[in-house]
Formats: sequence, structure tokens, C-alpha cells
Amino acid sequence: MTKNLRIKTSKFIDETYKVSFKFNRKTYYGFKGDTLASALLANDIHLVGRSFKYHRPRGIMTAGSEEPNAIVQLHSNTSRTEPNVRATEIEIYEGLEASSQNCWPTVNFDIGGINNFLSPVLPAGFYYKTFMWPASFWEKYEYFIRKSAGLGKSPKESDPDIYEHKYIHCDVLIIGAGISGIMAAKIAAKNGFKTLLVDEKPYLGGSTIYQNSEHFKINNQLSSSWLEKEINEIKKIKNLEIKTRTSVAAFHGYNFLLARENLTDHLPLEQRNNKTRHRLLKIRAKKVITATGSLERPLIFNNNDRPGILLSSAIDKYANLFGVVCGEKNVLFTNNDSAYETAISLYQKGINIEAIIDNREEIDSKLIKEIEKNNIKIHKGYTIVNTFGYKRIKKVSIMKLSKDGQKVIGSKEYINCDCLGITGGWTPAVHLFTQSGGKLKFRDEDQVFIPNIYPSDQVSIGSCNGDFTLDEILSTTPRILKEFLNLKKIDYEDLEIQSSFNKSKRNIWLLPSDKVIGKTKPFVDYQNDATAKDIKLALREGFRSIEHVKRYTTTGMGTDQGKLGNMHALGIISETTGSKIGELGTTTFRPPYTPLTFGTIVGRNVGEYFDIFRRTPIHDWHVKNKAEFENVGQWKRAWYYPKNGENMNDAVQRESKAARDSAGILDASTLGKIDIQGTDASEFLNRVYTNSWSKLAIGKCRYGLMLNEDGMVYDDGVTTRLDENHYIMTTTTGGAATVLGKLEDYLQTEWPELDVYLTSVTDHYATISVCGPNSKKILSQVFPDLDFKDEHFPHMSFKNGKIDKIKCRVMRISFTGELSYEINIQANYAKAVWEKCIEIGKKFNITPYGTETMHLLRAEKGFIIVGQDTDATMTPIDLQMDWIVSKKKYDFIGKRSLYRSDTIREDRKQLVGLLTENPDEVLEEGAQIVADIKKSPIEMLGHVTSSYYSPNLKKSIALGVVKGGKNMMGQKLIIPMENKQINVTVADPVFLDKENKRLNA
Amino acid sequence: MFIINCPYCGEREQSEFKAGGEAHIVRPKQPTELSDDQWAEYLFMRKNIKGIQFERWVHTHGCRKWFNVIRDTSNDMIKAVYKMGEKPPTK
Ligand SMILES: [Zn+2]
Repeated sequence: MTKNLRIKTSKFIDETYKVSFKFNRKTYYGFKGDTLASALLANDIHLVGRSFKYHRPRGIMTAGSEEPNAIVQLHSNTSRTEPNVRATEIEIYEGLEASSQNCWPTVNFDIGGINNFLSPVLPAGFYYKTFMWPASFWEKYEYFIRKSAGLGKSPKESDPDIYEHKYIHCDVLIIGAGISGIMAAKIAAKNGFKTLLVDEKPYLGGSTIYQNSEHFKINNQLSSSWLEKEINEIKKIKNLEIKTRTSVAAFHGYNFLLARENLTDHLPLEQRNNKTRHRLLKIRAKKVITATGSLERPLIFNNNDRPGILLSSAIDKYANLFGVVCGEKNVLFTNNDSAYETAISLYQKGINIEAIIDNREEIDSKLIKEIEKNNIKIHKGYTIVNTFGYKRIKKVSIMKLSKDGQKVIGSKEYINCDCLGITGGWTPAVHLFTQSGGKLKFRDEDQVFIPNIYPSDQVSIGSCNGDFTLDEILSTTPRILKEFLNLKKIDYEDLEIQSSFNKSKRNIWLLPSDKVIGKTKPFVDYQNDATAKDIKLALREGFRSIEHVKRYTTTGMGTDQGKLGNMHALGIISETTGSKIGELGTTTFRPPYTPLTFGTIVGRNVGEYFDIFRRTPIHDWHVKNKAEFENVGQWKRAWYYPKNGENMNDAVQRESKAARDSAGILDASTLGKIDIQGTDASEFLNRVYTNSWSKLAIGKCRYGLMLNEDGMVYDDGVTTRLDENHYIMTTTTGGAATVLGKLEDYLQTEWPELDVYLTSVTDHYATISVCGPNSKKILSQVFPDLDFKDEHFPHMSFKNGKIDKIKCRVMRISFTGELSYEINIQANYAKAVWEKCIEIGKKFNITPYGTETMHLLRAEKGFIIVGQDTDATMTPIDLQMDWIVSKKKYDFIGKRSLYRSDTIREDRKQLVGLLTENPDEVLEEGAQIVADIKKSPIEMLGHVTSSYYSPNLKKSIALGVVKGGKNMMGQKLIIPMENKQINVTVADPVFLDKENKRLNA
Repeated sequence: MFIINCPYCGEREQSEFKAGGEAHIVRPKQPTELSDDQWAEYLFMRKNIKGIQFERWVHTHGCRKWFNVIRDTSNDMIKAVYKMGEKPPTK
């Protein structure tokens, strides 16, 4: 029974190269050059999927990227599987496996098809109205909706393909290589512009390249022959780069565009290994020429969605480009002349045309005369009122249109067919133009939106600019380009053109039927199953804005972004509400124009390159010594060093105890370091820190708090005076970049008169912190030349030291509350110095500890961590750190804010210590703190910010912020947990060595 | 993504820069003399104009210099750039 649906006229198909592929598990054959859609049609397969809501059988509708129905999943259950692929775009290759996406269990028997019969109860907004109540049921509904809705399946394994990004700068970018794009490329490149021409298809020449009609001639040659010569010519131009299979996804401001170059999707899988699959091109063009063409409009009539109904231009393209016949009994339905181009090309190939139904009453053109001459019946002034056939169209019924086009009159006629081509005229593809910020205007004569105001140096040419006929394109394009590129003389100014196209059109957005609208199904958005009826319902329910109607009816919200039906939706709204289309405006076309894969967007930034991380110069030692790591900003920091199968808690308890009992060593290299020099350095520090810096002696260190102008603590750290006009500031690990940025901001914009220079030296110096009662003994051996006696090297002071010939800065400062030294050393020597400290420290059981132990030790001492114990709402007063706020200084950043009415409130959240009733119970960080559990609603007083079990104090300790906490010392509070309440007492946040005996030991 | 003409480096991609809010708000010389309301005016109140806006930008991944930009927020067109401390161009 196999029909022969191939006509051997296409030079774009290589019939010597047979390709086998699978569709829904069955093997078929096509030829090299076929798309999946053309190969399926050649095998007489129209039914390829089910619609989204009603699960109606759907067929291939178009031959391009606007396809709403033929959406397939490729290579199911493999790592290369991909959903939402348009069968009209994917080129077939040996071994291709595709399956229908929106059907369950099979495309021929679909359970969801029952929705079609239930459709009277599935109106617009149905999902919103029905599945919302009761809210708790949503999860159950969602399961069934998703199962039957056919959203495609994402791959479960990681993507085996390679993707990359590339920047391109050019003088002129031309989007679209149809006839106008080719002309533009030749003109631009020949006049010395560095030109890039891109097209989404694998071949150049758009729809003209397969146009073999005697009715369209250029310089007395067939338009396709003429164009082919032009293409061969431009391929030789040196400063023209041509990229096919490249679709522009986004057109941003300042002529910045993103395009996806498809490199391997047309190759058999085994030929793709180690090749780049997609390349994301980031194009910055001085000038952009948009030549994206136009999309044919469908007609909106009852049951206009059956398999076998295609755009008229698609039937033409399948016949001429792919050599495939879509049907053996064709009917064409039109409101303009373009159906007659299809009719002529089918007729010339000997393909049967049953009839042409034309909305127009009085028509006359060369094309129509030729059809009539060949005895093809034209029903003038008629419309289709219904179609028949479930899985493939079998028959249409037609009636005469009334004069105003709002009703049908007379008697019904039936015409048998197996394929129906429809055309409602053309819509310029202005998507990219509007993405770029361009403003459209509405042209009433043929009801189209065309480019009007250009936001950047760009122009639209050809049918995306509203010039649809060959003579219009060929006469307008050179004129526009001449002006746009500022040229004196160009090619193409004296072309001889023959074109038989008549522009008359009878535009009826929603064609009438003999049935009332409630009983019909005129689809506007095929992919989302939105009908004209739904739009009217939305308007009845009070929706007016096009954006609201779109969301309520889901019109234009599929993966095709409603490329086919958006104009009709607008038209129907305008007719129903009596408003002008031009005033309604269009919905926003958002990037990407066609969907992009995640791989394309991510490029090479995958795996370890997904987010860069920074390692300290001692990193390798930590790895070798089995450290677990913690991410702190971009840094990898040693978290703890488990020994002999210890868990985190055990390791941290051991490390903490060792650091206080004998000696511990920490890699603190990630601390931010800023070198500050200049004659006004001291004055600068006075202004950026809350305390006073004028009297800090050379060789001394001081702790400082930095506020934002709103008075809230922003960063902290120790700054050391190295010389008269030279300081080294440390910041928190996470704050390093923002602190430098903020200091630069004040220096450059508020205090340009200060002589101060800031340099980030975070990466240049490593920091090794050695703490514990034996740290002094260890350091004395590491630096035998230095005098470590307390009177010469007291707490908060600094000395220059040397290890062999390596210069070091040694600071006696402490973040643990223990006797402690920090060695700052040029990064490339850091690992050697670290190893030396470990070697010498061995006899003192020196214990490397990580960030977790560091946090525990500082909590014992009540030292805050900015960002953990503070958020952006804590002043130094809230932190009970009044001592660090200078009363004498006239001004510093944030000072004025410390006595705003809000910051002086007594009941602000303030930092306190918390001790649990049961000393073994460790609180959860983030837990809420309340006083009265019976009060309703319960008043939240604050929360726990830091919490640990202290091995040195042998009890649980915690810091937290509590409203009015400062005056609640000794008071009992409650931490309510899911299944218990924990009683706590408010305590001093300094749990250990309040007298600083250890620091000064 | 727009292009900014850094007064020190020339035209660069927007991704090299960071925006720093409204321009020409001078930090009061004597904050302690100000009432809560006056201080709040300086601290919190910023314009958010649809149209021509005066802004501060910094060339973060370049020269690290702060400068001023006049930008039309409705279409991102930059009308002028000028250095800190300079008066905005009048035209
Ligand atoms: Zn710069």
C-alpha cells in the first residue's frame, strides 16, 4: 500500500544517500537533506503528536522554526536525549531516534484524548479555576496533569557533549540569508565592511532558492537561478563570513546579539564525539541588518487543527525543496494570492489539486488566470465551516461568506481531501527587532506590524520589513541599504523584475461557521490548545490587556511563543472589543527566539569550572593531611582534619582542646589584606573605623570595626602600623573585595584631597596563625633572631622577622583568646614556612585546626564573626561593643546613624551569651528565642547565631541576639524546638578568660 | 549589555563596570549638626527616574576609577560620561 510520495525534482535531496531512522520505535527511510518532518511526510505520516490540553491528534503544520505541533523527543533514555525538538528543524541522520512527546500511552491511542470530549468543561483558565481549590490538593492534580501533558523528559545522565562560547566583533551583521540578506551581504562586504551573515537553515537563499515559477523572474532568469549565482559570488568575498545552522536567539541593546551555531546535531551520534556541539556566539556588531523574513499566517476556522492541515507555503516547500508530496488530494484555502503560487508549483509537478477556496469574492491576477486555465475549481467568496477525519483530514465542508464576512450563507458543500493547505497572508518576523527595543507600527492595508523606530544602528529589509512581493523586495532593499551603509553607488539598482503577485487580501481574523461559536473549535494557539472561544471568554470575564488575555488563555505561551497565532489573538480581541489593533500593541517577544539548550548557555563553565574556587598556597598540604574542606566565598578552606575515622564533632573537640592545652596552627591566608600608604593614611583610618588611630605607634596592631553609613557593622579586622605612613589592614575572608571597593569609593568621591593609596595584597601574602600556651616557644625556634619576651613583643604588636633569607611579618594578635602569633609571608614561601612550624611544633603536639575549630575557639572568647553573629541590622552598641566606638572623634562612617531614633531604641536585638540548663544540650544555630510560650501569637525575641559544645569549658555555649538582651542578664528564656523546649539563661557573651590572662601569657 | 565609555580607558563592555547609584549626592561635611530627618534624607532618599538619570559607575574590572554617567533609563542610552568632581555637561 506504500504510496510514492517522492517527486524526483529536488536538487537539495541526495537520493543516492539513504538514511534510516526510527520514529516511535518503527524504522523508516529518508534521504540525506531531509528534515525529520519531510522524511515522515514522505512516509505518509502526518500524525505526530497530541495537543496539550485536549489531546487531539496533531500533524506537521509547518516547515520551519514556527512549528507548534511536531515536537519530538530525541534518543529517549540516553544521555543525549533532548525534548521539545521541532521535527521541521532537525535534519535526519543515520540512527536518529525520535518519539512523539505529548501522548500517553501511544500516539494512536491516547488516554488524554478523552479531554477532547470533555472540552466543554475545559474552558480558558480551567487549570487556574479548577485545580486551585482546595490548595492542598494541588500536588495530587499536578501529578496527573504532568503525566498526561507531555512536557518532554530531561536527560538523567550528564551531558556528554562539548559546548563553547565565542565573541565576535563585526562591522555588519546580517540575520537571515534569504534573497534580501544575500543582497545585503554582497553590498556590505564588497564595500569593505567586515560582514557576518547568519541563517538558521543549513542552506542559503531562503524561500527564493527553491522558487521555480515562470511568474517570478529577475533579469529574465528564474529567481532561483539568479539567486544561486549571487550566492556563489558572495562565497568568494574575503571579508564576508557565512554561518549556516546558526540561529539568533537574542537581540539586546547596543547591537549585542546572541546566536547559537549548531555544529553536530545533523551528524550520526558516533561522529559527534570530541566535537563541539553548539557554539554560543556573542556578537557585537556596529550595524545590524535584520532580514528574518516572514511567517505565513494560518486561518482560524472550525477544526483547523487536524493532521493533514498545513500552511500552504509549507506544502510548497516540501514539494520544491524536499521533493515530498504532502497529499494526493489537495485542497487549498486562502484569503490572498500566495496559495496560487503553491497551486501552480503542485500542478506543474503533476500533483492533484481538488479545489481552491478563496475568501475573496472578486479576484484577478495572472496566477489565478493560470489556475483557471487548468480547470482547477476556485470557490470564490467561500470559507471552510468544518473539517472531518480524526487522525487525518478526509473532507471539508464549505459555505459562502456574507458580504461583511461575519456569517455564512447558502447551502453547504463537501470536498474530499487528504491534505489541506491554508494561508492567511504573512506576518513579518519582527521578534528580534522588538527584542532590541524597536517600536512597531500597524499597517492597516494588510493588517501587519512593521518596524518603525530603531533603537540602535540597525535596519530591517525584505519581508520582515513588510515588503512581501519579489518586486517590492528587489526595489526597496537596495535603496534602504544604500542609505543605511552610506554608499554612493551599489549593485542591484537596475534589476529587471517580473512578478505576478497581486497584493489583495480579505482579512477575517475569525472565520464564521454555520455552528454557534460555543460548538466550534477554531484553534488560535495550536501548541497550547487555545481557541478563539477561549479568548472571547477571557474578554467576557473582564480581561482587557493583551498581556492578561495571553496569560489567562495561555495563548502564545508554548515553546513556539505563538509564532503562528498571536496576530489572530490580537485581531479577535480588537474585533470583540471594538479597539484598534495598533492601539492594543503586541505581547512582548522575549529571548530566546527559538529555545536554547542549557549546554549552550553554560558553555565550558561546567564541572570544576562552573564556579571558580581559590586555593591558599598551603592547600596541597591540607589535602595531603586529609582535611575536609569548606567553601567560604570562592575559597576552599580547611574545615577540620579527621584522624583515625573521627567524625566532624570528634575532630573539632580534639583540635580545640589541643589549641588551648598546647599549640594549634591555622591557615588564615584567606583573610583579606589591604596595603594602605600615604601621608593621610592615619586620618583615613580614623574616618573609616569607629575607633581612633592617630595615636597608634609604629609596630602596634589594633582591632577595628567598620560600619556602613547607616551605622550597621559591615566588617572587622586587625590593622597594623608598619611605618609612619604605612599600614596593613586585614578584613574578613568574604569582605575583602567589597571593603576595598567601598574604601576606594570614599577616597575617590568623598575625600579626593586625602593622600592615600590602597592595594589589595590578599593573594600576595599567606597568613599562618600559631596559637596556644606553647606558641611562643615554637615561634622562638622558627625565628631564633627575634626577641619574644613579653615586654619587647607584647600582645597587639608586630616585628619584622626572617627565616633564612625570607622576610616575614610576625604579629602577636589573637582571634582565639589564646596566646597567638600570625606570620605573614610572601605566598610562594608559605608552604615551606608552614611545614617548618609543624616540624618544630611536633614536640609540643602542634595540631592543625580548621575553620570549625577556629569558630568554636572564638565563640568561647565571645569574639563575633561578622555575617554570622551580625546581619545588616546590628550596630556596635547592639553587639555590646560600645568600647570600640570613639566618643572623641568628630566623624567616622556611620557615626551619625548611631543616634538616630531607631538605633537608640532600648529594645533592639542585642548580642548575648546563652547557657543551656542542661550543659550537654547544644542549641541549633538559627533557633528562635522566646520568653512566654503561652502568649499567642508567641513573641519572637531573637535567634541563636553561634552554638558549640566547648571542650575547654566542658559545657554547651551559644551566642544569640535577643530584643533588649543587654538588660536581661541571668534571665531565663525558652528555645522552642519541634518536639521539646530548651531552657536557657542569658549570660555574658565572653565565656572564657574575661581577664585576658591567656592572651598576655 | 551596553557599552560604557570610561573617561580613563575608553569604550568597554558593561560587564567590566558596576553601578553605584545616584550621582551628585554629597556626604554632609558636618553630620552631627543634622537632624534625624536631614540625615535620613541623605542616607535613604534616592530618585528612580524613568528617563534621564545621573549615575555613578566604577570601572571595577579595569582602572577601578569612579565616574559619572548620564543615562536614559527608558532605553539605556548613555548621553554622557564625565569624571568625578566635574560638572555635568550642560547639553
Ligand atoms: Zn577605566
